[in-house]
Amino acid sequence: MASHPATRTRRGPVAYLVRLLVIVYLFLLVAWPVYLVGKNTFADGMDNINGILEDPDIVHAISLTVQVAIIAVIINTLFGVGISLLLVRYDFRGKRLLSAMLDMPLSVSPIVVGLALVLVYGGRTGWFGPALEGMGFQVIFATPGIVLATVFVALPLVIREVVPVLEEVGEEQEQAARSLGANAWQTFRRITLPSIKWGVVYGVVLSLARSLGEFGAVKVVSGNVLGETRTATLVVEEKYLNFDKGGAYATAFLLALVAVACIIIVSVIRPKEDR
Amino acid sequence: MTSTALSPDRPATSRRPVRTGRPLTRVSGLGFGVAMMWFSLLVLIPLAAVVVTASAGGWSTFWQAVTNEQTAAAIELTVGTAFAVTLVNIVMGTMIAWVLVRDRFFGKRALEILIDVPFALPTIVAGLVLLSLYGRNSPLGVDIANTRPAVFLAFLFVTLPFVVRTVQPVLAELERDVEEAAMSLGASRFTVFRRIILPSLTPAIAAGAALSFARGVSEYGSLVLLSGNLPMKTEVTSVRILSSIENDNLDSAAAVATILLLISFVVIVLLDVIQRRMVRRG
Repeated sequence: MASHPATRTRRGPVAYLVRLLVIVYLFLLVAWPVYLVGKNTFADGMDNINGILEDPDIVHAISLTVQVAIIAVIINTLFGVGISLLLVRYDFRGKRLLSAMLDMPLSVSPIVVGLALVLVYGGRTGWFGPALEGMGFQVIFATPGIVLATVFVALPLVIREVVPVLEEVGEEQEQAARSLGANAWQTFRRITLPSIKWGVVYGVVLSLARSLGEFGAVKVVSGNVLGETRTATLVVEEKYLNFDKGGAYATAFLLALVAVACIIIVSVIRPKEDR
Repeated sequence: MTSTALSPDRPATSRRPVRTGRPLTRVSGLGFGVAMMWFSLLVLIPLAAVVVTASAGGWSTFWQAVTNEQTAAAIELTVGTAFAVTLVNIVMGTMIAWVLVRDRFFGKRALEILIDVPFALPTIVAGLVLLSLYGRNSPLGVDIANTRPAVFLAFLFVTLPFVVRTVQPVLAELERDVEEAAMSLGASRFTVFRRIILPSLTPAIAAGAALSFARGVSEYGSLVLLSGNLPMKTEVTSVRILSSIENDNLDSAAAVATILLLISFVVIVLLDVIQRRMVRRG
């Protein structure tokens, strides 16, 4: 549809005006500010970057962030692909409600996410927290809480990518495979998975970007203990508020670099036929 | 989504299954059970805990927490700013989508990537990013740190992609024939836009506006460094909830959080209604 010529050759002055307005708007709102963070990071050469890479607490924070993000992405990918299959291929009561509820994490404030998890898994007054701690499993103010918060905020991303692909490919091939005697697992691995592969990849990349960058929810549940439960985004805040702007800019730059890389990867590998 | 939640090239309308499938088998039923248990433990029970905790003290306690002077000011600022930002997004988002679909010039691809930056950038980094152009050492000489315009700016940044990404695919699918027919019959460009393009875009714009409003109301991270969180002045609802949590006043935190949950719930219902209308039309 969109493959027809993008414009008539004849353009009115209004079209040029709108184009100019859009470019200026995006330049002032996004491009210039993002550029400045890079510039501030390298204002003293590599000093800022080296500074954070030599600080063991920051290295710990970065590695904690990466570990949590990887665990969260694995959980969300398994859950996301599974629930997408159920939503598209099966029929059950409350499907529409479930489908709407799955989007909930996108519009809930990260602070509310943190609060909700504390109310249930908090060690002192939570619904399940004291019992879990009795079994020696601390959730809030520990790594499992950070993982839960991260999984929560990135939950719908894989589903939103996989569901439309599953709907588009239809189930004729799956039915054919089944009628030829393939079991459920074989059908999934040989037929379904290859056809939704790219949807899953986009979902994973987007979830990874979101998981590495979660701040508010993690701030509430992590306790923000230096060298233990402080994540990379919390380092940015801490450094900035303690007047170590160089460290804040350098950490922010690393996070921004990963985020922008994720967008570019998705924009490059996404099929172009819709553009 | 926060996050690149909306896929750029796909109408928000068609993503959810409408047709029916097979009934659950034994294996898929088991999978369904496991998935639902995880979803309940992670999302449903915790969100229910917020509402239950908020209502545990009875209506008067809830009302007291929500109408506390400082809290009321925060809610007013958050909702008001999110509303204003959504209005800007309706106009600018539609224009950006139009440029991305209909216009063609060198560097358009870069604009595509710029639109997604606010999705993927960690919110705390977004705050720092805006501070470097609109803070104390601004190269533009514009210092709005710790003022209300800073809240507006932060919301504008994080909600940028929503209207663009919902309108863009719908605009790309529009048939040009009708527009050309109208123009050949003497309609002006403005008339074509108002009478032909705009009506088809309205549901998508509404959906994008709802998402943008919900995102604005729930924003926290980008404001931490930018707005200074001054009570009665630049403190938003999320910050208010956080300070209740930090003061160990979970009941009042839950009360205010319930208001935010209510807003996101209304938005989700609204989106569902809009999407069903779009599906019916399409």
